[in-house]
Amino acid sequence: MVIATPKRIKQIRFGLISPKEFRKMSVTRIITADTYDDDGFPIEMGLMDTRLGVIDPGLRCKTCGGRAGECPGHFGHIELVAPVMHVGFAKLIRKILRATCRNCGALLLDPTQKKETVEKIRVLKKMGQSIEDVVNEVFKDARKAGKCQYCNEEQREIKFEKPTTFIEDGHKLMPTDIRSRLEKMTDEDIEVIGMDSKNARPEWIILTVLAVPPVTMRPSITLESGQRSEDDLTHKLVDIIRINQRFQENREAGAPQLIIEDLWELLQYHITTFIDNAVSGVPPARHRSGRPLKTLSQRLKGKEGRFRGSLSGKRVNFSARTVISPDPNLGMHEVGVPLAIAKELTITLYVTPRNINEVREYVRRGPDNHPGANYIVRADGRRLRITDKNSNELADLVELGWKVDRQMKDGDVILFNRQPSLHRMSIMAHEVKVLPHKTFRLNPAVCPPYNADFDGDEMNMHVPQTEDARAEAKILMHVRENIISPRFGGPIIGGIHDHISGLFLLTNSKDKINKDDALELLAKSEIWELPEPAGKEDGKPYWNGKQIFSQILPKGLDLEFKAEICEQCDTCKGADCENDAYVVIKDGVLEKGSIDEKAVGAFKSVILDKLIKEFNTALACKFIDDATRLSIRGIMRSGFSFGINDEYVPADAQNQINETLNMATDKVEKLILAYEAGELEQLPGRTIRETLEMEIMKELSRARDATGDIAGRHLGMDNSAVIMAKSGARGSMLNLTQMAACVGQQAVRGERIQRGYAGRTLSHFDKGDLGAQAHGFVKASYKGGLSPTEYFFHAIGGREGLVDTAVRTSQSGYLQRRLVNALQDLEVQFDGTVRDTRNMIIQFKFGEDGINPMNSDFSKTDAVKRIIDSVTGVKE
Amino acid sequence: MKEKENTGREFNPLKHRMVPNHEILSEDEVKNLLSEYNVEKEQLPKIRAIDPTVAAAKAKVGDVMRITRESKTAGIAYYYRMVIA
Repeated sequence: MVIATPKRIKQIRFGLISPKEFRKMSVTRIITADTYDDDGFPIEMGLMDTRLGVIDPGLRCKTCGGRAGECPGHFGHIELVAPVMHVGFAKLIRKILRATCRNCGALLLDPTQKKETVEKIRVLKKMGQSIEDVVNEVFKDARKAGKCQYCNEEQREIKFEKPTTFIEDGHKLMPTDIRSRLEKMTDEDIEVIGMDSKNARPEWIILTVLAVPPVTMRPSITLESGQRSEDDLTHKLVDIIRINQRFQENREAGAPQLIIEDLWELLQYHITTFIDNAVSGVPPARHRSGRPLKTLSQRLKGKEGRFRGSLSGKRVNFSARTVISPDPNLGMHEVGVPLAIAKELTITLYVTPRNINEVREYVRRGPDNHPGANYIVRADGRRLRITDKNSNELADLVELGWKVDRQMKDGDVILFNRQPSLHRMSIMAHEVKVLPHKTFRLNPAVCPPYNADFDGDEMNMHVPQTEDARAEAKILMHVRENIISPRFGGPIIGGIHDHISGLFLLTNSKDKINKDDALELLAKSEIWELPEPAGKEDGKPYWNGKQIFSQILPKGLDLEFKAEICEQCDTCKGADCENDAYVVIKDGVLEKGSIDEKAVGAFKSVILDKLIKEFNTALACKFIDDATRLSIRGIMRSGFSFGINDEYVPADAQNQINETLNMATDKVEKLILAYEAGELEQLPGRTIRETLEMEIMKELSRARDATGDIAGRHLGMDNSAVIMAKSGARGSMLNLTQMAACVGQQAVRGERIQRGYAGRTLSHFDKGDLGAQAHGFVKASYKGGLSPTEYFFHAIGGREGLVDTAVRTSQSGYLQRRLVNALQDLEVQFDGTVRDTRNMIIQFKFGEDGINPMNSDFSKTDAVKRIIDSVTGVKE
Repeated sequence: MKEKENTGREFNPLKHRMVPNHEILSEDEVKNLLSEYNVEKEQLPKIRAIDPTVAAAKAKVGDVMRITRESKTAGIAYYYRMVIA
């Protein structure tokens, strides 16, 4: 294949094709509806005429002499017995008919206005702007004229019946009538309505000749039974030709007008559906099986159409898709590939003196013996399939310059992707690890960038086929290079869920770990030596969790920060924090503080941030692997579970909660009384009623928080839900409040629930009741159980949440699509400017500061401070 | 259209606190700018002559304006736009 140098498209001209042009581009007139003769050869001047191109191997195109595959195909044409309207332009016809004289065809405007309009259109076109408004104005004004000012003809009302019928004063306008009217329009008038008389004369909308698309775009397929099955377009063309013939016969035979009109309408129907088979008001043409035909419009339109389905996106080779599942024992840069997939996907090896023996070994192993090879490409380009039987023979034949398709094996670099691909971390390069079973396996630490979970998610894999592509993937797209997100300049890959709980349990407890346990914890990280023990008990040395964690930190790491569990005290006690929430790491040793989300979590990890920016990505990668493995061992040491009994609050706490809630409802009652007495103090900018609603909401949410605090006091740090919420592993204290203490106010659009029956939400309440219970306040906790009315309110509030997410995702998806389409070709140049493909400047300095957000320390400019700190040794 | 009478009390958008400063570049400054970025004048971003700031700065078609913006990321950021019809 010769690839010519790319050329820039200067302009595209859209217009209508004239009958003359149709005939000029046609290679033959089609007169017979038959396709093939009894011997299976295409009939001349039939729909499969070999002049229209060939699809059967062995035949040659009579027009260009090309074989199937070489010949691009050529258009033919059908001479229509009577003109027919093009559905796509019926609306335009309506506008033109109403704006022109029925007698002389002149545009019903006075000459001065015509002149002005032409001028306006020229200016707009020169500026590359839409002329739509101006033209619509013309149509509107011209329609108002009752009489033609050029020939004094009285104008009549023209009714338009969708899709293609025009009625003038109860009299049907035939396409011939319309065409003769449009023919009368002068070139000057055509310009006034925004059309170009050279490119698109209005009468060309009424078809007198129909182009027959080349056979190459409507290939027939041969079924196993030897029967030929024609393309939908061919079926439609057969219909058109048949009716066209019948029409001619009837007319020549002098059939009554009624029959002629019927046939005319039928011809119109077939041509309409040939162009668009989904016009409203027209029953879609169907296949014998009852399936609607896919005609011209259907081929182009919509998601599976030519543009979105075949040009913007298409199916590709060397790819695989299956369900994903977690495997914490894989490295985060690896991906577990099912053996069955690894045997199917290949990488092309070019045989060289250096690898010939290795390649021969692959070939000898054959296709069933992983890692083997599937195909050989000889120097002459012939492709041979390797089978069990010929593998040994082929292995000996392999020569320099041949190519061998080797099966995928451990260590190959592939691209891994999960849709929707919203940011660049949605496609990353992983290293293959071939595993048994049928799912892709991935380390849970890479779930955040893909936004993946394991409730049935599927992911795609692509195998780069050239050395350049593999290098590019490895250097630019490797998971390692994508730990830091360019979105906020912090790590997007990191510990999640159990990783955080595990390390928190390990580093926050006073647990004494003996030698065996300590070594077991660190075994997966391949650390075999322990530091000085923290102390001795019963003569045996023991270590604490902080020491164990320190083993996976690199030497030379100095860091101080507030942990996620930090309670934001008014005056921070720093390293003396009694919650152990101030982390101090010196020379890779965790001296103080607990490891939680702030230290290792995805999106927040300070440690990872520092490792990447001051050490290197490989080290950070190793740290994530070690940290996740250690945390899993750590969490398994004590076990970690959560059940309904963890939501239990003791009786006296429950009493306090009830009391708080009762006090709140009393307060609400008081507010309502004050409101009814007109004593409520109005908030600025609100009505008294709104003020009441706001006060009630405020009071109730305060009460809910208060119950949460009570519950939280009784569920201490030995409760697994509290551990998860505080350490940032999963859930929040609000979730816990709702489970254990009080679910709280249910809201629709940020207000208490008002809808339902007239004057009340449910028939359980009095009309006009403004109380907390009557408008969706749920006193109960999830554990205690909701009352029937509370349950209803909860369902109402929950429904809004579901609708919101559904609407939000579709809206933000479209917004994203528009943004990407607008920005996709912009590029930051070496001089720091952002330019488009025409080299026009969009920004003089990327982001106004020229800084790569990836290197920007959680979007803050910390780098300089960090350097100063590291030199002076002084913090903050 | 009738010319508006100049009362000296018209609203001046450039004085508004939310409108960044617009100024016309001198010929030399334009030359420097174009050579700095190695571009033709046409490759600069455009601003329409009917833009109120253009009228207020009394810029003509073909002039290049420097816009001095306060930037969250860079403190002060300069932007250049060529006036077009």
